[in-house]
Amino acid sequence: MTSHRSHPSYWAFVLHRVSGLVLAVFLPFHFSLLVQATEYAVGFDGFLKWSEQPMVKLAETGLIVLLALHLTGGVRLLALEFLAWRDWQKTLVAVCGGLSLAIGLLFLVNAV
Amino acid sequence: MKVSIWRGGKVGRFVAYEVPRLENQTVLDVVTYVQRKLDPSLSYRFSCRVGMCGSCAMTVNGKPRWTCRTHVSKVAVGGTLEIAPLGNLAVIKDLSVDMRVFFDKWAKAGGAFKGDKTRDDDFALIKPADKQRQNANAGIECIGCGVCYAGCDVVRWKPDYLGPAALNRAWTLVNDARDTQGPVRLQLIAGENGCLGCHSQQSCQEHCPKHLSPTASIAGLKRAVSVAALKGRL
Amino acid sequence: MNADLAYADKMDSRLWLIQRITAVVLAVAVVVHLATIIVAVQGGLSAAEIVSRVGGSLGWAMFYGVFVVAAGLHAPIGLRTILREMTPLSPGATNGLMIAFGTVLMGFGFRAVLAFYEMGGG
Repeated sequence: MTSHRSHPSYWAFVLHRVSGLVLAVFLPFHFSLLVQATEYAVGFDGFLKWSEQPMVKLAETGLIVLLALHLTGGVRLLALEFLAWRDWQKTLVAVCGGLSLAIGLLFLVNAV
Repeated sequence: MKVSIWRGGKVGRFVAYEVPRLENQTVLDVVTYVQRKLDPSLSYRFSCRVGMCGSCAMTVNGKPRWTCRTHVSKVAVGGTLEIAPLGNLAVIKDLSVDMRVFFDKWAKAGGAFKGDKTRDDDFALIKPADKQRQNANAGIECIGCGVCYAGCDVVRWKPDYLGPAALNRAWTLVNDARDTQGPVRLQLIAGENGCLGCHSQQSCQEHCPKHLSPTASIAGLKRAVSVAALKGRL
Repeated sequence: MNADLAYADKMDSRLWLIQRITAVVLAVAVVVHLATIIVAVQGGLSAAEIVSRVGGSLGWAMFYGVFVVAAGLHAPIGLRTILREMTPLSPGATNGLMIAFGTVLMGFGFRAVLAFYEMGGG
């Protein structure tokens, strides 16, 4: 059974919504960690050491990919809404996905 | 060929029928065969059979389609069909849905043309190459079948959302140089139940049998609303 | 004319526009952020390294200040849309919740930006 949702623009919407939701939930933790870093520098280095573990690095890479997906997907949406309409949106979906994975890979290569 | 057809209203079930498979058979042919030969109590709607009137849209194997111009060979997955009423609209009986909400929203979106000329005035002269004329051209072939509306998840999540067809209609009128309702219409289609509710999922344009792009029309409305809002005219 | 548009619709339209404007700001800021992360992560992170990079720098403080404001507006507006479409929460409750969320975000964000700025003796 097929669905009215099975097409690239819809998948792009789902990725944008999920990445946005995860980033919004992550943001308060991110900020509070930064505050802690300035208040307890020693403890923060301990935290950074903890974050060297492979699983944590993988999770960080996931966040980077989500941020890149939300960035590229968002630029795509701005283009769709504010530039003259073009028929290359499906190509744009692929470009966004590819670019996001590349950024994630670049982070992973540099982080380990 | 095995065909499952929705029977009942909001509550109902799929009933299986065996329909002979013919060459060049459309989904509407299949439904008509069931109604004429197997069960005359089956309710469905059609008129022109040639893709002009927009009355025969149904959900075929999960996707909204015009059935008169959808060939079975194109959509029958594994040789079977599941035919249901259009989504996002109240089912009256079997494959017939209540289209009133759909068309009421055209009116709510300022879908009626209103000019200021009389029969004594000359024709408005609009060049075919005019940018606005071309914008209107791109959206004007809508047959009001409701396929885009049935496929739109924003309508599914927010029942008050005006939907792709009504907004597309509004965009063609925004681009009509003879129309006098411009500022009023922008008021009608701004807001989250208007064009700003659209998330560019593009299911409307994916399924529009006339290959229109309501998403593009809605994007045009978003730009018009943005400009009006920034100039304090909203 | 203005009275014709319901107050809720007017707020929706404003928020939608703010969402797009902050998106443009964030598009630039996130590119800088991603580039910084990828460069900074080489050779490992430490609190001292972060402070030596951004501490006391007015330029970085201003950049991150703008970043925090844009994210602090963009995230609650986006979450608001999701809550309104996908949960049965009332519009009033959703708005209240999102004002609280945005306030917390900006509060934390500004505290972090200010703390890093002061650590460098700025």
